[in-house]
Amino acid sequence: MEFLATIGRVFLAFLSHVGRLSAFAGTAISHLVRPPFYPRLMLRAMVEIGYYSLPVVGLTAVFTGMVLALQSYSGFSRFAAEGAVATVVVLSVTRELAPVLAGLMVAGRIGASMAAEIGTMRVTEQIDALTTLSTNPFKYLVAPRLLAGLLMVPCLVLVADIIGVFGGYIVGVYKLGFNPSSYLARTWEYLEPLDVISGLTKAAVFGFVISLMGCYNGYYSRGGAQGVGAATTNSVVSAAIMILIFNYVITALYFGK
Amino acid sequence: MSAPAKIVLSDVHKSFGKKVVLDGIDLSIQKGESVVVIGGSGTGKSVMLKSVLGILRPERGSIKVDGEEVIGMRSKDRDRMMLKFGMLFQGSALFDSLRVWENVAFGLVQGRGMNRVQAKDIAIEKLAAVGLAESAGELFPAELSGGMQKRVALARAIATSPEIIFFDEPTTGLDPIMADVINDLIVKCTKELGATTLSITHDMASARKIADRIAMLYKGRLIWVGNAKDIDHSGNEFVDQFIHGRADGPIKMELRA
Repeated sequence: MEFLATIGRVFLAFLSHVGRLSAFAGTAISHLVRPPFYPRLMLRAMVEIGYYSLPVVGLTAVFTGMVLALQSYSGFSRFAAEGAVATVVVLSVTRELAPVLAGLMVAGRIGASMAAEIGTMRVTEQIDALTTLSTNPFKYLVAPRLLAGLLMVPCLVLVADIIGVFGGYIVGVYKLGFNPSSYLARTWEYLEPLDVISGLTKAAVFGFVISLMGCYNGYYSRGGAQGVGAATTNSVVSAAIMILIFNYVITALYFGK
Repeated sequence: MSAPAKIVLSDVHKSFGKKVVLDGIDLSIQKGESVVVIGGSGTGKSVMLKSVLGILRPERGSIKVDGEEVIGMRSKDRDRMMLKFGMLFQGSALFDSLRVWENVAFGLVQGRGMNRVQAKDIAIEKLAAVGLAESAGELFPAELSGGMQKRVALARAIATSPEIIFFDEPTTGLDPIMADVINDLIVKCTKELGATTLSITHDMASARKIADRIAMLYKGRLIWVGNAKDIDHSGNEFVDQFIHGRADGPIKMELRA
């Protein structure tokens, strides 16, 4: 009986979290469209997410493209399909690897930083201070970050698409000996707008999820430094899991037939 | 007929899980009056303040400010109500990412929509009122000592010339001389503004200096309310033990939560 009670408690706690997260997201979204707006704060969040994440996302993309070219060449040569390397690189990068890997990297960098910043504000009563200064914390802290995540992660993924394909091109041309113009021609030949659009859709959803989990975990952090540490960890882990789940859902919606 | 009270708490109850923190609080504060609530750590003093501010929601009872019910107030109405309030937090709760003058001007810029140039002039004037030079306004809170942070927090609390000011442990963590300086500043600033104040503290020197009336909170109830000058002959053994800081008496320290 004790075992069943434990399962029940865990399940109820899970439902309680889901309910609280849904209410948090609903409140945050409602504040996205109602004034006052804070353009300076949004601009700051956009620079933090978009500009300062460029190096880490760029490095991830270039090495992913390079490895992908090497792996697919080595695998496809077993059945004389080396010519498909450029196509495999561009489709894999735009549809899957750029959005997912960029999402995971941004979750580690930005999600953690948002949770730590907002969590510290919570435990040092700065969020309460906002309320007493007639400033709604959802409008001031959460809404600008959500919108910045929603807008900037697709920009990052677009850059990652280009850099990832470029990484594949470098390896394909300078290491595997492909002709540069035919490599580029094969890259464009099978690429369709939907491949890029599906990746950008994923990026927008991932950006929203990363900001949401960072803000949510920070906002409800408790108990000093330990609580802020736990909020930071929870924000990264939950964002990473949700990215993988939403990745499947969006892929199924676009290409599930 | 006497003037209606500025703040009225009637039968306010607040619990966290099974722990009852406020167990039927009744308190009435007149316009321009300074009331100090004393009591040991963990007796619910901060919870009482936060309930009036709407940061916490009591399960039962009524809290009225200028005759308007605060419990269950809509967020828009609460933002409007908060324009009447200023608050000095126990840990100062200054925004780390903003300069000192921006902290002081925050309520003017964000809460009242004043332009930054005008708000900066007022912020510098308020900093001068608490004994800080204009140059301190350009520093960040982390560059200030604890005493200076309290002064900045006081300047922020009075910057909007609020009708009501709350002080949460204003002298905690300060040396006796700095504590007395803060007490003097509180008395001077509130007298100049003609504000109604509610303070919570366990520092009796502070309570004697700033209070017109003192109330003692014990186990979620106000067990004594009277004029500050009567505190030494209250006839209440709980109050006597507390103000003399004796270990022996009816108040027993709970060593386990």
